[in-house]
Amino acid sequence: MSIISSLYLVAPEVILSIGSMILLLVCAWGGAKSARIVSILAVATLFAASAVALDFLLNPSFADGGDAFFGQYRLDKFSSLTKLLIYIAAIVSIIIAPRFFENAGVQRSNVMRPEYPVLVLLATTGMGLMVSAVDLLTLYIGLELNSLAAYVLASFLRNDERSAEAGLKYFVLGALASGILLFGMSLLYGFTGTTSFNGINQAFEGGIGTGALFGLIFVLAGLAFKISAVPFHMWTPDVYEGAPTPVTTFFATAPKVAALALTMRVAVEAFGSQVTAWQQIIIFIALASIVVGAVGAIGQTNIKRLLAYSSINNVGFILIGLAAANKAGASAMLVYLIIYVAMTLGSFIAVLDMRDAQGNQVEEISSLAGLSKSRKGLAAAMAIFMFSLAGIPPLFGFWGKFLVFEAAVQADLIILAAIGIAASVIGAFYYLKVIKVIYFDEPADVIVESDSRVHMVLIAIFALFVSPLGYLLARPLSNIADQAANALFWAF
Amino acid sequence: MIQVFTFYLFAALLIASGAFTIFARNPVHSVLWLILAFFNAAGLMVLVGAEFIAMLLVIVYVGAVAVLFLFVVMMLDIDFAELRAGFIKNVPLGLLLAVVFVCELIFGIGAYRAGKIELSDAPLNPGREDASNIQAVGELLYTKYIFLFEMAGIILLVAMVGAIVLTNRKRSGVKPQVVADQVARRPEDATRNVQPEIGKGVEL
Repeated sequence: MSIISSLYLVAPEVILSIGSMILLLVCAWGGAKSARIVSILAVATLFAASAVALDFLLNPSFADGGDAFFGQYRLDKFSSLTKLLIYIAAIVSIIIAPRFFENAGVQRSNVMRPEYPVLVLLATTGMGLMVSAVDLLTLYIGLELNSLAAYVLASFLRNDERSAEAGLKYFVLGALASGILLFGMSLLYGFTGTTSFNGINQAFEGGIGTGALFGLIFVLAGLAFKISAVPFHMWTPDVYEGAPTPVTTFFATAPKVAALALTMRVAVEAFGSQVTAWQQIIIFIALASIVVGAVGAIGQTNIKRLLAYSSINNVGFILIGLAAANKAGASAMLVYLIIYVAMTLGSFIAVLDMRDAQGNQVEEISSLAGLSKSRKGLAAAMAIFMFSLAGIPPLFGFWGKFLVFEAAVQADLIILAAIGIAASVIGAFYYLKVIKVIYFDEPADVIVESDSRVHMVLIAIFALFVSPLGYLLARPLSNIADQAANALFWAF
Repeated sequence: MIQVFTFYLFAALLIASGAFTIFARNPVHSVLWLILAFFNAAGLMVLVGAEFIAMLLVIVYVGAVAVLFLFVVMMLDIDFAELRAGFIKNVPLGLLLAVVFVCELIFGIGAYRAGKIELSDAPLNPGREDASNIQAVGELLYTKYIFLFEMAGIILLVAMVGAIVLTNRKRSGVKPQVVADQVARRPEDATRNVQPEIGKGVEL
């Protein structure tokens, strides 16, 4: 295998990393004035990378995927699909950022610093590595590249106390999780003598020793932190609340997709011959995430914290698909992930669009009261997103939950599915509470008309996607998710 | 014979400098003892044939980490009386930790005597068993792992960008030197020839 074919396969990462380095030079010479041009170029770079990923996804001559750099990196349909999802989330988080940063901070004359799009690009490079990792080293380097950029992004409004706190918390806990992950990886390497997923899988075919089992558990714990699954979720509400809203939008979508895809690949490709060893862990994490996510959200008064708990809850539902440990489950997870990204992007942009007369961000749920009178369109969109996140049938959010539960039932995990459905009813309560505040409470008249057409268009797109019209896409989505799941389960 | 002598020399010096690191009253001296400890540990690594790790110890720990410590210690304003009061307060915790460490040591030695854990012993760079460590590691880094090596470089770039983004700010009230302005200044701008009348001063 030549280096040229390897470079061809890593083309998305090469485009992103070269693009980000050139843009870094533009920042260095252009200063704060260059924020606009850097944002535009960063979005263009992401579009280029998406085009490459889309080509890999749809090109029939590339159906089997390929390994690059001596089996450390794999580009198949699974990684192309998840990369595409990550790139879309990154593009949206760059597009919505300038307006937020112009109004943020104390003096209100702040402009966005041009490093924001560059850091998003670098984080996206890391996430691309994560979803393509078929080696523990690639996994770790991708994860760190993503995390380091994320720590900086979380405290990007460095004059804002909450943002700095979010960054610090995320950094300390993230470093701890990285340590746990590395410890698990060193155990796996010590006991199997290889870092490649395939090699680990083969070494486990004859059985798994206690030491290697510890390694497996530590690796899963480290990954559970990154997807903010219970019991490693404590950082999520604080970080989501404190980080600037465009950054929260980014955190709730792209890294979640990357870390979930990574968890799937590790579980299936590295530990695929020892399903019983990790299945019960995943079942526990999934159930705990669903329950804690649903119950914890009830008392929240801040909409960003509420959405943080909602993301914990949704991660639990997505993990049910992994607990099923079969192709149907993986395919259901991917469909759910796509819908989840659309719902989350939509609801965070809607939150971003809520400003009072002074241009301050409104985050208290109580100040959303009467939104249906002052801003009918936004209220309707918010209602669609909330109903969809709750998984109420005519909306597209239901479809993802349905597929995941169907996979669980097929895999004889009926109790898991039953508890999940029961908890999703609890979860529906707090989503409905937000809708009740918006539609039926006395108007608080806090939120003023927004003048951002970009926000409007994006909210409309995502609202249409999760509306019942989304079912028109159900078949092509399932089709492509099935192909991706087949690529993931290539060894079976 | 010389190996044994060197080993005991390095080992004794290592333990002694480790002890002095803790007992030195002046924190700057502590850091200097720490550097000596690093050097001796590097010597021990050379003796067991791990010359790559020895070089890493010297370059990374002595060259960067210890010097960083030295800077931090020198810049800190340390109140020694308070430190000593804290020492008395923390003695029980320290003793507890010491007991834990001793227990772990005993367990570790016991487990080692009972036989080692079954680890895999697959060579990472097969076919290059005769090469020196540095050669073998270097060959792997620049061939098999070149992609990850470059990506690790990008991680360092992110760390640097992050540090600058979070700390660099425009300060008001500073007057930076502008070399171009200084060079462009001509004598006519700065001096003027006047012919004062006798008995009168010069107006400035």
